[in-house]
Amino acid sequence: MSAARVGVVTFPGTLDDQDAARAVRLAGAEAVPLWHAEHDLRGVDAVFLPGGFSYGDYLRCGAISRFAPLMDELIPAARAGLPVLGTCNGFQILCEAHLLPGALTRNEGLHYVCRDQRIRVENARTAWTADFAEGQEIVLPIKHGEGRYVADAATVAELEGEGRVVFRYAGGNPNGSLNDIAGIANEAGNVVGLMPHPEHAVEDLTGAPGVDGRGFFTSILKRLVNA
Amino acid sequence: MARVIVDVMLKPEILDPQGQAIARALPRLGFSGVSGVRQGKRFELELDGPADEAALSDVRKMAETLLANTVIEDFDIRVEG
Repeated sequence: MSAARVGVVTFPGTLDDQDAARAVRLAGAEAVPLWHAEHDLRGVDAVFLPGGFSYGDYLRCGAISRFAPLMDELIPAARAGLPVLGTCNGFQILCEAHLLPGALTRNEGLHYVCRDQRIRVENARTAWTADFAEGQEIVLPIKHGEGRYVADAATVAELEGEGRVVFRYAGGNPNGSLNDIAGIANEAGNVVGLMPHPEHAVEDLTGAPGVDGRGFFTSILKRLVNA
Repeated sequence: MARVIVDVMLKPEILDPQGQAIARALPRLGFSGVSGVRQGKRFELELDGPADEAALSDVRKMAETLLANTVIEDFDIRVEG
């Protein structure tokens, strides 16, 4: 059986693509580099949109990346069910692309926050969270200046009502996010975005708070292998 | 040749921590009498032709698509005379 192929997207200014590719490989999948300027998803089984400062965060975080040639392919594929995970800037891009509702705005305290953060898994049924237990608390690094999730009241009610708030900050809200929201999913559960960084928490060697990030990658692998 | 201005502001219900920080700084500089500050963006578009109905309709599309994120921002278009 050939390994599952997970695409890792690089935009100009993306920072976490190497860590993301490494996390994919550690989980036993093939990491396929995807370049923003190409109209080609290279036949991957899932896509990881990593963090960083694509296009220098000009205009709004993710606003320019959202119109990259690769996104012309990714947006319809995601709507058709391709599993997509966006972390940090990747989450911002998914919101700008309207694959996820709402937006990520300047942190309440205006400070860039860089710390290990407790996060509660609220939904273990998505393509990227099946290896966690509902209610499980994990610790992942966060590092962002614009992670305050906002959406109108009707959207937040819909997300809460449908169990689409996938992750919530625990032990203190780092950025003023509505309802302590750290990550959400689309209706189908194949597209998930979150501000914390699972790809930085997959090896004890790196000084990360632990290896809780591995669950994202083992979840998607099981999904792809069983598909 | 025409210049069209697009002002983009966070919607009133969206918290603007930058505006708040500016509002807090003003009294420290000796300015009083300002009860609130909201910070926005101003875009100046230089058009090749006149700012006719078709051009302004295009500017509206630009604003909706790229210049503003209408999930959190409102925009206002005007021709600079």
